[in-house]
Amino acid sequence: MLLHVRRSLIITVIFFASLGLMYPLTETAIGQAFFNHQSNGSLTQFGSILVGQKWAGPKWFQGRPDPYNPMSTGGSNLGPRSQALVNDVAKQIKILKNEGIAPTSGLVTTSGSGIDPDISPAAAYAQVDAVAKARGLPVAKVRQLVTNHISGAQFGFLGSPYVNVLLLNEGLSTLK
Amino acid sequence: MSFAWTLTALVIVLAIIWRFLGKYMASVYEGRVRWASFIERPLYRLLGVDPESEQSWQRYATALVVFSGIAILFTYLMLRLQGYLPFNPQHLPGVTPALAWNTAVSFVTNTNWQSYSGETTMSYLSQMGVLAVQNFVSASVGIAVAVALIRGFSRKGSRTIGNFWVDLVRGILYILLPVSFLAAIVFMAQGALQTLAGPAHIHDVLNGVSQTIPRGPVASQEVIKQFGTNGGGFFNANGADPFENPTGLTNFLSIVLILSIPVALTYTFGKMVGSIRQGVAILTAMTIIFGCWLAIGAIAEHQANPAVTAAGLTHQTSGNMVGKEVRFGDTSSVLYNIASTQTSTGSVNSANDSYNPMGGFATMTGMMLGEVSPGGVGSGLYTILLFAIIAVFIGGLMVGRTPEYLGKKIQASEVKLATLGALVMPITVLILTAVAVSLHSGQVGPLNKGPHGFSEILYTFTSVTNNNGSAFAGINSNTAFYNILESVGFILGRFAIIIPTLALAGTLGAKNVVPASLGTFRTDKPIFVGLLIGVILIVGALTFFPAVSLGPIVEQLTTKKFF
Repeated sequence: MLLHVRRSLIITVIFFASLGLMYPLTETAIGQAFFNHQSNGSLTQFGSILVGQKWAGPKWFQGRPDPYNPMSTGGSNLGPRSQALVNDVAKQIKILKNEGIAPTSGLVTTSGSGIDPDISPAAAYAQVDAVAKARGLPVAKVRQLVTNHISGAQFGFLGSPYVNVLLLNEGLSTLK
Repeated sequence: MSFAWTLTALVIVLAIIWRFLGKYMASVYEGRVRWASFIERPLYRLLGVDPESEQSWQRYATALVVFSGIAILFTYLMLRLQGYLPFNPQHLPGVTPALAWNTAVSFVTNTNWQSYSGETTMSYLSQMGVLAVQNFVSASVGIAVAVALIRGFSRKGSRTIGNFWVDLVRGILYILLPVSFLAAIVFMAQGALQTLAGPAHIHDVLNGVSQTIPRGPVASQEVIKQFGTNGGGFFNANGADPFENPTGLTNFLSIVLILSIPVALTYTFGKMVGSIRQGVAILTAMTIIFGCWLAIGAIAEHQANPAVTAAGLTHQTSGNMVGKEVRFGDTSSVLYNIASTQTSTGSVNSANDSYNPMGGFATMTGMMLGEVSPGGVGSGLYTILLFAIIAVFIGGLMVGRTPEYLGKKIQASEVKLATLGALVMPITVLILTAVAVSLHSGQVGPLNKGPHGFSEILYTFTSVTNNNGSAFAGINSNTAFYNILESVGFILGRFAIIIPTLALAGTLGAKNVVPASLGTFRTDKPIFVGLLIGVILIVGALTFFPAVSLGPIVEQLTTKKFF
């Protein structure tokens, strides 16, 4: 019994040093050396392309109605028979309609992370008319901007096509 | 259409892994792999372990329990003392006692249930040095138990079942660490974080928004969390967080990592007992159950969310998107969560709590079958072998002769141990759920009202006792009541199954092999696969149907009513 305890203590310390320090620190060195942009958070001048932000419409393309607090991630966890969810979605539908945007399921629901940086191509196209009008830009130009920002499913089949809202709005800010 | 391609790619990749990782693992545990012996040998010397000498099942089990106890104690103390330790750029204080206890037991038992949000509770040292270490260790312990049970079948007249310390070290050194090391590099390239710098503060002049973005050594922890079927996320959103699971590729790789070891162990099993066909039979049963549950989940989540419809959006083209990420879409989200709940992983890339009723049914009942399809690393195989023993016993009763499995006579003591191992989980889940719904401290937990609130409690105890760790996460379980009650589930669900399994390994290993005769019930044929699936489903349905009726089933049958 005491022998088991002694061995357990020794191996716990060894695991802590090797798996808990050497392994992650080596990975960190590799990440910092070869994938510096990604491993530090994929930051641009305006934010992280992996963390959504609140964009008030219709001068900007807006993302999903997430709380966008990266220090407190997670979904709303409201169930499919929740009255609170019915109310939240109804409110969002009303906001979008007032801005002249046809609601899509992504634009009226919150995500799993609470910081979803993307919208579907359909959700981006649905906002084209409203954004073009608010900015006084030609609709065709804005539509082309959206088309240029669509990322397809990876290798053509992994995941779903999406538009990154931060990159799209960065593009929009330079559009004349 | 892209979902069909995803599934095809998954099957092909897993078939290759099954064949090669399965064979490699058999070599590892039979001591034929030695490329890291320059690390291994000094380590055994330091521990005072002779790698050639083996242990009886009693000594093996004692070593395992003592080691796990020390691991819990170490984890608990490190979390409590977090405030005084380095790698803590946010200056987070020590974790409170009930939460530290819950977290320590949760990670050591391979559960990774999390009552906390990583981004505001755990320092980098706690994440990478304490919790991630248990991801490796608890996974290796699980595989060790499965291998010990396989040895029980493959040996004759043996008094020993292996050496716990050797199995523990070899699993980490030859399997878990090398694969994690490489996979983490892919995850970093795709966008997963891996830094020791503290949170980034940004101000976006375009829209006037300021954000504090948490960071940390994420990728190194992410891959072992999947590969060891642990599931504890660095951040609260777990696999939905873009820093943990940034792209369609990392999502696919996560699913592959989750399923690799549990699937490949069926090959290891076949190889070590001398008949790959026996492993194929087990794998077939696992695959059929997995396929059925995936179909239920995928169809359910492809439907519109009833609350969104009721709010006025009648035309929903992309399935139920509540709690799901755009870059994954509905089907890749379901595939991930089904893989995670049919193993003991419990990481999620979408909110189970917001799944449609039958989607939540699929994730919850996948665990209720005992996590055998394909189950956690090691735990999946040893649990389904318990069911296999019950299945041959029932088969033997039907034809009236002493049952055999892999040449071993299955007698009263084996059947008792297998039944004990198979029934601990349902009994614990139902009793703990009953306690929680009866007491005020339990009733205040759920976020949702009506049957969904009950589902949140039932899901919690199903998850903790199966050492899964996924949640209907609306429930507020960071209370002393839930933290302590859950730890009962963690411990019973882990050790009250491991100990009978090791005892079984001991009694089986001591037996001699009876040669197969014409009357022997063949366990590598479809009829056995059917019987095994039948036993798993009947045991699960008989124990859980009444409870599930009160949750997801009544929720599915309710129409036009919101709570």
